[in-house]
Amino acid sequence: MDLFIAIFTGTIIAATPLIFAALGELVVEKSGVLNLGIEGMMLVGAAFAFWGVIAGLPMPLAILAGALAGAASSLLFGVLALTFLTNQYAAGLALAIFGSGLSAFIGRGFGSAPIDALDAIHLPVLSDIPLVGPLLLRFDPLVYLALAMFVLISWFLYRTKAGLVLRTIGESPETAHAIGFPVIGIRYLAVLFGGLMAGLGGAYLSVAYTPLWVENMTAGRGWIALALVVFATWRPLRVLLGAWLFGGMTILQLQGQALGLGVPSELLSALPYAATIVVLVIISQNRQMLALHFPASLAKPFRPAN
Amino acid sequence: MHFRIEQRPEPSARMRVAAPIVATALTLLVGSIVFAALGHSPLATLHAFFIAPLSSMNGLSEWLLKASPLILIACGLAVGFRANVWNIGAEGQLIIGAIAASGVGLFYPSPESVLLLPLMFVAGALAGMGWAAIPAFLRARMNTNEILVTLMLTYIAVLLLSWLVHGPWRDPAGFNYPQTALLPPAAMFEPFDYAYRLNGSVFITVVAVVAMWLFTDRSFLGYKMSVSGAAPLAARYAGFRESAAVWTGLLAGGAAAGMAGMAEAAGPLGQLSPQISPGYGFAAIIVAFIGRLNAFGIVLGGLLMSLLFLGGDSVQMTLGLPSALTRIFQGILLFFLLAADFFIFYRIRPLREHA
Repeated sequence: MDLFIAIFTGTIIAATPLIFAALGELVVEKSGVLNLGIEGMMLVGAAFAFWGVIAGLPMPLAILAGALAGAASSLLFGVLALTFLTNQYAAGLALAIFGSGLSAFIGRGFGSAPIDALDAIHLPVLSDIPLVGPLLLRFDPLVYLALAMFVLISWFLYRTKAGLVLRTIGESPETAHAIGFPVIGIRYLAVLFGGLMAGLGGAYLSVAYTPLWVENMTAGRGWIALALVVFATWRPLRVLLGAWLFGGMTILQLQGQALGLGVPSELLSALPYAATIVVLVIISQNRQMLALHFPASLAKPFRPAN
Repeated sequence: MHFRIEQRPEPSARMRVAAPIVATALTLLVGSIVFAALGHSPLATLHAFFIAPLSSMNGLSEWLLKASPLILIACGLAVGFRANVWNIGAEGQLIIGAIAASGVGLFYPSPESVLLLPLMFVAGALAGMGWAAIPAFLRARMNTNEILVTLMLTYIAVLLLSWLVHGPWRDPAGFNYPQTALLPPAAMFEPFDYAYRLNGSVFITVVAVVAMWLFTDRSFLGYKMSVSGAAPLAARYAGFRESAAVWTGLLAGGAAAGMAGMAEAAGPLGQLSPQISPGYGFAAIIVAFIGRLNAFGIVLGGLLMSLLFLGGDSVQMTLGLPSALTRIFQGILLFFLLAADFFIFYRIRPLREHA
């Protein structure tokens, strides 16, 4: 039973940074913009949040610093992709490289000591209910925030007028522009939101998940988040399910390493990456499902005719 | 005074050449500001970054030594990029190439054979191609995005290398360091001069540059691929098969990266270790863009990028500045280049106020 609880809670926790980053990217892509730089934004967020803790900021402010740093870095991509109409693949790659360099630069003085991780909540009475407490009510606040963001984003995209406008822009910016919506401005907001969420995901890694600073500590999670959006065929609920699936994969391979199955740990560590490929291949077979929710203008530069 | 951004009637050939120069100048400017902010004299730092590394024979040898894999890989990648085939996993293909070449070098039954080096070369190239064939197959046949697959395979390649050098291939006499035994002399490129590290593997790069130029500028397949990249619908209408572009683009990049990996193992390093590449596979993406995806430009871009690597090492040693600056400058350079590209297609015009 303890093992089950450990695997369950470990899965939820490992999925949290992916949920933040992938939901953020989902909103960006729904607006018709493809930002490949998630890995860089997450790293910047992780570095700034960790810096905040070391500098003595209260935990919520440190996390906010990470989120804002992620948003600020996304602006570099935004200016290139939206104002300078750059190839979005190249601009995103530049951000990924830049973010990894910037985070390593900021983190050079962090040392290797762990920090006090973000505390888990403990509700009186409720968190002590057998089974329910340990399974559901003893996470840190960011785990719940990630779930709240899922609800919020699902509601925003499919139940509000603003969400409809955003999706329209992703389908046909020409139409939205003709109706009179500020396409570029809204896309900027979407990109900033994606940066904020990636920054949160990175902050979660450095102040809650690991609480250590390690160079390039995201270890490809930014790219996996990108894959999750495709896997989810651009639907929020499937992003959530996909993130849990990958969280579970991560935890199971860690358990496998702990058990010493006689399989080299490096090969077990490769499992989540291999699984990403397999899942992408499977989902890519169903072209109809991919096309159904695919934002038709994704990665196509748009400039309003004047 | 108001300004208006308007599309140029024709893309500007002058801006196409000027953009990388402007981007480099702006990167230097930002670099100076960063150095000043860190409390170092910008001039002294720029000197340490860009001049000092080139002011000795050894520096020049290192410059070409590091430029060689960058140019080689960028040539291979550019073949794909021209057709909108996004292989961003050259780092992984380089690692697999190095693993295969080192495997041949370490375990070939007659370690003194003159065939050893050519065999390693073939092994490296084929292994890099093989690793790139996975995303090629998945994209051409299974409709799977090659960006994500090439990247995931890079993480897997890193782990595979780590397993080999920590486990089965670790040098038993290596004081537990994660590295293989040294390659036998016949498995190594001979340096031109034993005082320096530059070796014959640069000729691979020279051949690759010429081959890339012939392919993109003189071959029909190269032409078809450029059309696929620039105008996918026109290419489809003309009957150019997308899968041919996917296979050619990915295999060219994989082969180039695999050769570069082989040349690293059989050249300056002489063994396999986790430090087989300081990020050549990723930096080569930037080189390909700076070089405008053409052979001559890539040579210049590779020389510039190599200087960024050397400069990063140099300021780390002389001024104690972190080597992470290299990656920051790589990113900034690409940012500026992409922004400068805008002015190839658009111009800013002052508008007179209408009364």
